[in-house]
Amino acid sequence: MAAAARLFLRGIHSKCSVSGVSTVPRTSFGPRLLKLSPSCDPYTKAQRRHAAHFTFQPDLVPTQYGPTQKMNLFQSITSALDNTLSSDPTAVIFGEDVAFGGVFRCTVGLRDKYGKDRVFNTPLCEQGIVGFGIGVAVAGATAIAEIQFADYIYPAFDQIVNEAAKYRYRSGNLFDCGKLTIRAPWGCVGHGSLYHSQSPEAFFAHCPGIKVVVPRSPVQAKGLLLSCIADNNPCIFFEPKILYRAAVEQVPTEHYTITLSQAEVVEEGSDVTLIAWGTQVHVMKEVAQMAQEKLGVSCEVIDLRTILPWDVETVCKEECFLNLEAPISRVCGYDTPFPHIFEPFYIPDKWKCFEGIKKMINY
Amino acid sequence: MQNMLTLLSNALCRITGRTAGAQTVSEAARITASCSFADFTPQVTFDIKEACAAGVEAAINRSDHLITAYRAHAYTYTRGVSVKEILCELMGRRGGVSKGKGGSMHMYAPHFYGGNGIVGAQVPLGAGIALACQYQGNNQLCVTLYGDGAANQGQLFEAFNMAALWKLPCIFICENNQYSMGTSAERASASTDYYKRGDYIPGIRVDGMDVLCVREAVKFAADLCRAGKGPIVMELQTYRYHGHSMSDPGVSYRTREEIQDVRSKNDPIALLKEQMLSNNMTSVEELKEMDVAIRKEVEEAAQFAMADPEPPLDDLCNHIFKNDPPLEVRGTNPWSKLKSVS
Repeated sequence: MAAAARLFLRGIHSKCSVSGVSTVPRTSFGPRLLKLSPSCDPYTKAQRRHAAHFTFQPDLVPTQYGPTQKMNLFQSITSALDNTLSSDPTAVIFGEDVAFGGVFRCTVGLRDKYGKDRVFNTPLCEQGIVGFGIGVAVAGATAIAEIQFADYIYPAFDQIVNEAAKYRYRSGNLFDCGKLTIRAPWGCVGHGSLYHSQSPEAFFAHCPGIKVVVPRSPVQAKGLLLSCIADNNPCIFFEPKILYRAAVEQVPTEHYTITLSQAEVVEEGSDVTLIAWGTQVHVMKEVAQMAQEKLGVSCEVIDLRTILPWDVETVCKEECFLNLEAPISRVCGYDTPFPHIFEPFYIPDKWKCFEGIKKMINY
Repeated sequence: MQNMLTLLSNALCRITGRTAGAQTVSEAARITASCSFADFTPQVTFDIKEACAAGVEAAINRSDHLITAYRAHAYTYTRGVSVKEILCELMGRRGGVSKGKGGSMHMYAPHFYGGNGIVGAQVPLGAGIALACQYQGNNQLCVTLYGDGAANQGQLFEAFNMAALWKLPCIFICENNQYSMGTSAERASASTDYYKRGDYIPGIRVDGMDVLCVREAVKFAADLCRAGKGPIVMELQTYRYHGHSMSDPGVSYRTREEIQDVRSKNDPIALLKEQMLSNNMTSVEELKEMDVAIRKEVEEAAQFAMADPEPPLDDLCNHIFKNDPPLEVRGTNPWSKLKSVS
């Protein structure tokens, strides 16, 4: 599912008037959660879903990193990996099916360009892949391991949490696997069901020693991935799979990095703070717009980018807890496994987030 | 060609008195796929493994247990679920065998434990089921299936060790279709003798394209298990026409000629048809009749499935835990709570 969205309500300044709320086209998803408008009545013949729950909103073309090229998310990943393999002779990429280009085409052309000893397939064993990756990194080579879907990362959980994360600490800085980066496609995609849609960043969010990063767009992805690879700590990089083809931007072709553990304020606002990561940032941007138009509420949208260690500074400026006008609200998927047929009702789409804002300003 | 599995069902009916029309499900999946319902994860077109499913079912009892991975539609059928229920489940409708909540990869039936998405995870489960059979002394066994890709998962070896140590009545079957998703067996495995992977557990290699071979081998293995002589590993050599999933065209890591070759020379249904016709066990007209009947059954099931409504929204939260008063489940917003009934 797309990331949880945190809503803060800051001190209401004079501008926040709630009058003139226009009718929302669909019934809101509050306590009357399961009531939908007639066209979505599940008791009539099932409709095929055509639209995604978000619209990708590209950022402005970055000018500070050199010439750019139109790329989608998976192409920006390929570009980052290409830059890495060319500049770092110790870099290797491995995982299931990466040799022919990967199931999401993230490694297309790399094996032909850099050779089969640098881009190679592993057998189907996630625990083995990550354990092996830790070994490669400890010995001094840059290891980029791919887990085919984030849903499959759990066999490797022990290796990540007990081996990779604690290596530097338990050896008194004698050894580390900082050169390890684990990449995995992440998040809901519309038809992924239980085992192709999960967002497991929360499981890793409380494990000191690793870094967890989720980009929202091609430009962000390339910069953040290159930062993860360069970072001297083991990193897990989750790539929103629904954006692989849906997100297209002008991405710099040269090497560039985006600082880790730094959240980005993608839209300024003064009344409510919306925090999200990955695909959900685009949902929140739309929600912010809706809130402005329909409620006259000015929303700030923050992309957290790095889940661990997260940017407390940006999110909680100036002892915010003492100044909040309403409790912090979390809008996310239900406490159920990621469903099969119920996915459209499960994901925290813009209507649920909008409802969250309405409840908040009326607190 | 897909209709010819009715041959198998008929042949096996005669031999064993049991229906095992696994191909009807592939046929059904093809009809459904052609109507392009994209709401299910079709990693599962059974193609060409019909002989495995039919052969295994013919050799075991209905009271025995079976567990496999996600390429499970045919096993779901052979274990007793109707085509209607399978198609409904594929499309996430309430008439589905898992009430529409599981989808393609998660179909279950009495003594059939699925339908499991994570590669290799079902093998220790299978060993556990075998332990239960042994413990309860009911003379049942468990057939645990996995693929050549899963053969490289660590948990398999843990399961092998436990099964051998405690002499569990478990038949471990590796369905080797030569490709672990997009990586061929030789490039994924140091040893492609999957029947030998059990090391201290004896193993048999079987031609998975010949339904009668499969049946005889599984019968042998079943007798061994029921005699208390412990687990056995089996490798069924088979193939996979299509790619691993809908996102995999299946030709970036192998040639089309290879696929055509297998299709023309080794197709299990064609093979059985040849054998039956040349031994005068059936006639072309009889086959045609069966063909028509099966097609009709599948068409009806598909129509039913397409008209079946989706499960009610209340089902979203049901069956998370087993709880007596309904459980409160956090909704998407902190002030909205849903009820979970189980």
